Amino acid sequence: MEIPYTVEVRRDTGLNNGKIGIWLFLASEVMLFGALFASYILIRTGAPSWPRGATILNVPLATFNTIVLISSSVTMVMAWASLMRGRFGTFRLYMGTTILLGFVFLVVKYFEYSHKFHDGLLPSTNNFLAIYFTLTGLHMLHVLGGMAVNAYFWGPGAKLWKTNPEWFTNRVENSGLFWHFVDLVWIFLFPTLYLL
Amino acid sequence: MTSDHAAGIGDHAADIDRHVRVYITVFVALMALTIVTVGISYLHLPVPVAVTVALLVATIKGSLVACYFMHLISEKKLIYAVLVVTVLFFVVLLALPVLTVSNTFGIHDGIHQ
Repeated sequence: MEIPYTVEVRRDTGLNNGKIGIWLFLASEVMLFGALFASYILIRTGAPSWPRGATILNVPLATFNTIVLISSSVTMVMAWASLMRGRFGTFRLYMGTTILLGFVFLVVKYFEYSHKFHDGLLPSTNNFLAIYFTLTGLHMLHVLGGMAVNAYFWGPGAKLWKTNPEWFTNRVENSGLFWHFVDLVWIFLFPTLYLL
Repeated sequence: MTSDHAAGIGDHAADIDRHVRVYITVFVALMALTIVTVGISYLHLPVPVAVTVALLVATIKGSLVACYFMHLISEKKLIYAVLVVTVLFFVVLLALPVLTVSNTFGIHDGIHQ
């Protein structure tokens, strides 16, 4: 049995079901990160003193990671645009670059984390580090999840392009929406944790 | 294989070309705003001003990503409806702890490490 409304739009919503599904999921993600941002505000405003992020964290590395993640958002949207143009080869190139950039982000984060651990700076050290590791750790899991989905569409999942290119294009658009959301979260995490 | 599929999907090639130009412009804007964000942090502004400016720039960057990369600028009404509800709950979520701590301002002495 075929899954309904994967390509054709529903008359009542004007959308295919996948699009509504991913946006509802992203709405729940907003609340997940929102709860942690609220915790950050609560902890920071309740603390007698709060360190400037730059005195503990590595701003140049995080700036580099910001550039990496923004670039990966562009390659992601270009991957989708390539499918819209019917250029599968170009899609593979852009999608591969997106995955690679996600990997670069994680490698940089690994060095940041290991440097902190080496210096004895752990989540249990103070409230600032606790919220830093929680927020960036959850964000890293999202990067990892997004990479897994993108890798699936780059590799085995790409078979769908041969049989149903429009459905495949919609799927890539939806995984792109998730990836852009991950970028969007980082855009707020970066100044909040590193610069303020 | 690719050219066959292109007949179906590639009909709006001119539209897509226009979109791609917008993506590149947004990318340049995001890079510039990232430099602005980091640059401002080196000015060592007072915390309330620094927070306001940093969140303002982050909001502009986030809006660019949402509007253009996530195509929210031309999305269907149902998606907007979902997001309006989300934003409403998000604001409440952020406001609640602020209200909770507002009556503890100035009486921190002796209650923290």
